[in-house]
Amino acid sequence: MNADTKPRFLSTDRRVREDKRFVAGSGRFVQDLDRPGMLHVALVAAQHPAAKIVKIDASEALAMEGVHYVIDGAELSAAVNPLMNGLDTPNVRRFPLAVGQNRYAGEWIAAVVADTRALAEDAAERVKVEVERLGFLTDAEKALDPESTPVHPEHGSNLLLDRTFDWGPVEDDFARSDETLKLRVTWGRNSTVPIETFGVICEWNPWDEVLDVWASIQMPKYADQIARALKLPGNAVRVHYDVDVGGSYGVKRGIKQTVLAGYLCRKLGRPVRLIEDRLENMRSGDAHGPERIFDIEVAFDRDGTVNAMKMRALDNAGAYAGRAPFQLGKPIGAIVGPYRINSVQYRAMSVTTNKAVQEAVRGFGQSPTNYAIETMMDRVAAHLGMDRLEFRQKNLIRSEEFPYLIPSGSTYDSGDYHAVIDKVLATADYAELQAERDRLRAEGLCAGIGIAACLEPSGGNSAFEPLLNEKNRTSTWMEGCRVNVDALGEVTVAIHTTSSGQGHETLAATVVGEVLQMDPDRIRVVRPDSLSSLPGNSPVGSRMAIMLGGAAANAARELIRQAVAIGAHLSRADPAACRYEDGTVVTPDGTVTWDEIVDVAHRRFHDLPPGTNPGLTANFIQQVPTGTALPKDGKVQMYPCYSFEFHLVLLAFDPVLAKPEIRRYVIGHDCGTVINPHIVKGMTLGGIAHGLGAALLEEFAYDGEGQLMTQSFLDYLMPSSHEMPEVEIVKHETPSPLTEFGQKGSGESGYLGAPAAISGAIHDAVSQWGIHLNKLPIRMSAISDAIAAAEENA
Amino acid sequence: MKTDLTVNGRTYGIDVEPRTTLLDALRDGCGLKGTHAGCEHGVCGACTVIVDGEAVRSCLMLAVQSDGLDITTIEGVAPERGELDVIQDSFCETHGMQCGYCTPGMVLAAKALLGVNREPTDEEIRDAISGNICRCTGYGQIVEAIRLAAKRLRESNALAMEAGE
Repeated sequence: MNADTKPRFLSTDRRVREDKRFVAGSGRFVQDLDRPGMLHVALVAAQHPAAKIVKIDASEALAMEGVHYVIDGAELSAAVNPLMNGLDTPNVRRFPLAVGQNRYAGEWIAAVVADTRALAEDAAERVKVEVERLGFLTDAEKALDPESTPVHPEHGSNLLLDRTFDWGPVEDDFARSDETLKLRVTWGRNSTVPIETFGVICEWNPWDEVLDVWASIQMPKYADQIARALKLPGNAVRVHYDVDVGGSYGVKRGIKQTVLAGYLCRKLGRPVRLIEDRLENMRSGDAHGPERIFDIEVAFDRDGTVNAMKMRALDNAGAYAGRAPFQLGKPIGAIVGPYRINSVQYRAMSVTTNKAVQEAVRGFGQSPTNYAIETMMDRVAAHLGMDRLEFRQKNLIRSEEFPYLIPSGSTYDSGDYHAVIDKVLATADYAELQAERDRLRAEGLCAGIGIAACLEPSGGNSAFEPLLNEKNRTSTWMEGCRVNVDALGEVTVAIHTTSSGQGHETLAATVVGEVLQMDPDRIRVVRPDSLSSLPGNSPVGSRMAIMLGGAAANAARELIRQAVAIGAHLSRADPAACRYEDGTVVTPDGTVTWDEIVDVAHRRFHDLPPGTNPGLTANFIQQVPTGTALPKDGKVQMYPCYSFEFHLVLLAFDPVLAKPEIRRYVIGHDCGTVINPHIVKGMTLGGIAHGLGAALLEEFAYDGEGQLMTQSFLDYLMPSSHEMPEVEIVKHETPSPLTEFGQKGSGESGYLGAPAAISGAIHDAVSQWGIHLNKLPIRMSAISDAIAAAEENA
Repeated sequence: MKTDLTVNGRTYGIDVEPRTTLLDALRDGCGLKGTHAGCEHGVCGACTVIVDGEAVRSCLMLAVQSDGLDITTIEGVAPERGELDVIQDSFCETHGMQCGYCTPGMVLAAKALLGVNREPTDEEIRDAISGNICRCTGYGQIVEAIRLAAKRLRESNALAMEAGE
């Protein structure tokens, strides 16, 4: 986009086109679909965290009317390949059903197929499983002990990953610094827990030899993984992308569920549907998020300059590797946050335990890391007796320093962190906010202000995979878009992923409309199935504004090139002397109308210029900007674009009850050029809600017997409209120099800083007692107990 | 058991097991897929329908209990196919949703509120949707949508009549 041209549709207050079908109850979710002759699956779950499966007796279940089949891990593992594992740990094998032994409580041991889900559940209760209990562990630090019970005996230990990176002169920087400080903080195991559980329908067509899949997925390379596991050619799996997904935020991967349903539908010759119920989803849908202990040592000078940091992140991956360990990798791309820190040592460790399996969660590990960095910044400021805000401002990268290379090899594209913070402070009236805090304190409440500054790496490069596993050569993820003009002159855009709430149809229509100078409401957006699609990788890594936005813009530009070529040829003019404007081609002698160009492209091939194909159609495959390099010396450019957010929170609570109530929440947000303001606002507010949950409420807590205690919505607490405050968003736009319109990602915004800010506010509120609450979520009981203990010791 | 469900003004004669929830009967018996299953234990509100004017969780009610009651599902909200009522339109205006899964329940919770309270405060709006969990939006744009719908209903006699007043 030319900097002088004012956008017509971009950044304007346009409605989100997907919304209409949802308010009418006319979304197309997987559980709304029916296939003739469809059968239903219920699961038999393991009772113990680890046990050898001695015998499975399904005779009673199979004798029930309407029950068609019971399958166990032995049959399934003999027929399918193990599920993909990104790390080099070939003996950590994972199948959809436990094989030989189970490794966490709730793990699926067998599946029952029946005419209805209710019947399948009844029958699942009749499946008798004889087991011998085995030793187990749930604690990540215990798992580091070489003597600990291995979750996978064939692997030999519980260690999945242990890599140490030294970026810059860490030891020298520590030696030259005035002081050092150590801290430990823990990010509790939570997840995004969509309201729709995972669901899938598989149907095998034996004459076409194609497996049709309808699933609530948000998953790169999903079709490839299903084909590999089921030993099918890649072009024998057809994933239908015209399925609405009821929330994902990263976790809707569903590989094990789909491989199971895919196998069963071929075996039984009927369509098979597996929709998790809430218990199956919470306990064994393999969709938990990171659970991470951070040990940090930081070196700084007395003037408040942070020089170096050593961080060890120990992640509890659960029972199988999955993609969880890579969530230690992405934060490497923003390992110093928005700060100038000269050198970093980072040790990434991942262990197996007898807990449910982790999946990718919003931010892919970035939010826990930001929480650790921001807590560190608060602690150092407190140690030095400096104001937390001034301390941050002193260490922030300055706007004139961009592009800014950080020690771990990524270059931050652009930003103006100080300007965003100044705007937030002005909006919130920081002095008044502090006065309000002090007034609340005078009333006998605990009141505190929390601040957090952090980055949202966006654009979804995959360089963390080869960085953590040299045998894995995945460096990047592309995204495709097709733009067609039909014979009546109307525009249809094809995008190649499911919808899970990010508004990609709106994004694609807005961008194509902007480039073609055409009302986006006239543009249709479709989602073909995976066999009819261009290469794409779904919305992960906060990438679609950049990647789909880029692909759509470039495909539309190619259409313009074709239109100008046709217009110029008709006018016998030099294409270089012609230009596209409002659907016409302006030549030195006049204009050629859109209808005329369409007519030539679709009917009058004799009028086509040489070298131009008929049909007015264009494809574009967008590459990640900066996304082609493999790691070298433990360094690599990770994501291309870096959005910034600054949180300012005031909260208060009664010292005995200790229920934090947020009194004011202001966030400054800079994700470059905004394509649709409604969507970006929603992402930010929703992200803050997820962050609030992670900070105060949500945890997959296991008891000493290895059982998940929070397996329903009665005990796994999520923010309601009562807990979530009204949030004020302060906008700032620092365009990225690397993208089509200057846009950056926003799909993880809010979530990346809210936990740190809320934790910081609680610490400010209890600062008179010097209490540290070093584990998220910070429960009411933890706060009140700590205050009571401090009072008792006072 | 034979049960007559009166949904959106139409009677569906269906045969259900005594244990069948109203949620499953609406979806599988009546083919009305707009009512969604979220937690199936009465916490998330995705399955909210209006029964005799009140917002009710259809996963906590049995189909046989609902015989003869006046049930409204999301399919009964729009005046005509392809059109939206004022609450639905307000949700679109403020983008009061993302994935759309909790949306039918939210719209019906809002409808139940605005049926009895023409001028709700923000606190009353938050209270009315506090039993509906949304994981996408953080509720901000949903509160805005209901605020806007209330204003539009107050300012338009025709709309107020449409809402049954």
